[in-house]
Amino acid sequence: MKIRLDNEKCQGHGRCYALSPDLFESDDEGYAVLLLEGADVPPELEGAARLAADNCPEYAITVE
Amino acid sequence: MGAMTTGKPPVTDWASDFDHTHPDYAARAPEIWEELRDRCPVAHTERFGGAWLPVNHADVAAIAHDTEHFSSEFVIVNDFKPTGETRPRGFAPPITSDPPFHQESRRILLPAFSPKEIAKWEPATRKVCVELLDAIDAKLRAGEDVDAARDYTQHIPVRVIAEMLGLPEEDGDKFRGFIYRILEAPGADHDIEYEDTLDHYLRQKVEERQQHPKEGDLIDFLMNVEMNGEKLSGDHIGGTIALLLIAGIDTTWSSIGASLWHLAQHPEDRRRLVEDPDVLPFAVEEFLRVYAPVTMARIVAKDVEVGGVCMKESDWTLLPFPAANRDPEAFERADEFVIDRQRNRHVAFGLGIHRCLGSNLARMEVTVAIDEWMKRFPDFELDATETVRWSTGQVRGPRELPVRINP
Repeated sequence: MKIRLDNEKCQGHGRCYALSPDLFESDDEGYAVLLLEGADVPPELEGAARLAADNCPEYAITVE
Repeated sequence: MGAMTTGKPPVTDWASDFDHTHPDYAARAPEIWEELRDRCPVAHTERFGGAWLPVNHADVAAIAHDTEHFSSEFVIVNDFKPTGETRPRGFAPPITSDPPFHQESRRILLPAFSPKEIAKWEPATRKVCVELLDAIDAKLRAGEDVDAARDYTQHIPVRVIAEMLGLPEEDGDKFRGFIYRILEAPGADHDIEYEDTLDHYLRQKVEERQQHPKEGDLIDFLMNVEMNGEKLSGDHIGGTIALLLIAGIDTTWSSIGASLWHLAQHPEDRRRLVEDPDVLPFAVEEFLRVYAPVTMARIVAKDVEVGGVCMKESDWTLLPFPAANRDPEAFERADEFVIDRQRNRHVAFGLGIHRCLGSNLARMEVTVAIDEWMKRFPDFELDATETVRWSTGQVRGPRELPVRINP
């Protein structure tokens, strides 16, 4: 599984790093930072990746 | 206080003559949105000099993301339309600002409202809640009636934001008075002296600070922060303090109140929170979805088509985020409260560049307030002999919430 964050769409709602702190963190302004850029999502974090994508109000996170 | 809004002509057709400041809208807004969704998706009114009310998620999202055709110059619909003179800054930056001014005026504030900074305010918030619950306990022992809005929810955000700003918490009643005039009865002919206005209050506070500087709070921060290499103007500082004060209070108070209103009527959800505390973060997001308190507004800056209607320059349009949150096109089982909802892209805090600056603060306050209430009073219900009163206007929540607390 691959995960992508579109920084242009992110508005700092903060849902991803609250729900999936192993995959995302907040920068100093509250915008999301993806901790795994470009890498495969480890199998044990696939659920967390989906949860983050499914709760982003801006549709800024995609998993495939 | 209801007297200010009772002079309005009755609404006979919500699709062509809506009035979101009418007490009927306050009482049954969700039913009205559902009716409109089936009939027209974008309602219109000639009131307020012409305004639109989209109710679908897609239309609300399109407007929120389109800063070219929609200006934020004034975000509370009333009879006096802004003329563009204050663009791009507006009265209360950054909520009333348009690009490019918006970005910098928002960026200077973001760090103070980041999750990390807001987490520092959690213990103080918990203390406020515990003190209020102690006072409610004392009322119960004395056999007095309890109103969850008047005795609990209305005080929590006031005390927290007053402390953050460095304003005296005893001024809470004053703040609620400003908010009522600005949000619940905007444009009404309030018979007040200038000395009693928010503008005067803020000017006085900033002057006090100029003479007696005080460090470490948000007012001090605003008086010293630089934007593009320069300190903020007095009007900018005053406008931003006004925003933080107004936006930070009745919105969260509404959200906590609506959550308690729900819990009072749903013993199964109360039980779930008691038995499974890990569900709380999901429950809070679902409260925010179903009972989103805030409807924003825009002024059309350039003619544009949305949802099949043509909005003309200088029309108002409302952005009812709570209506978008109940759109079945965007949410499964949209009309049901699902306490552990796993897919919840709710828009209670808006969308696009104006995403609520205080969203992390609001979430923390709602979470702590519900957590502490449920620990203290896990079993309570609405007082059937009394009436719940919802606020009118663009911020929706219970202002009177009489409850019976069971031992």
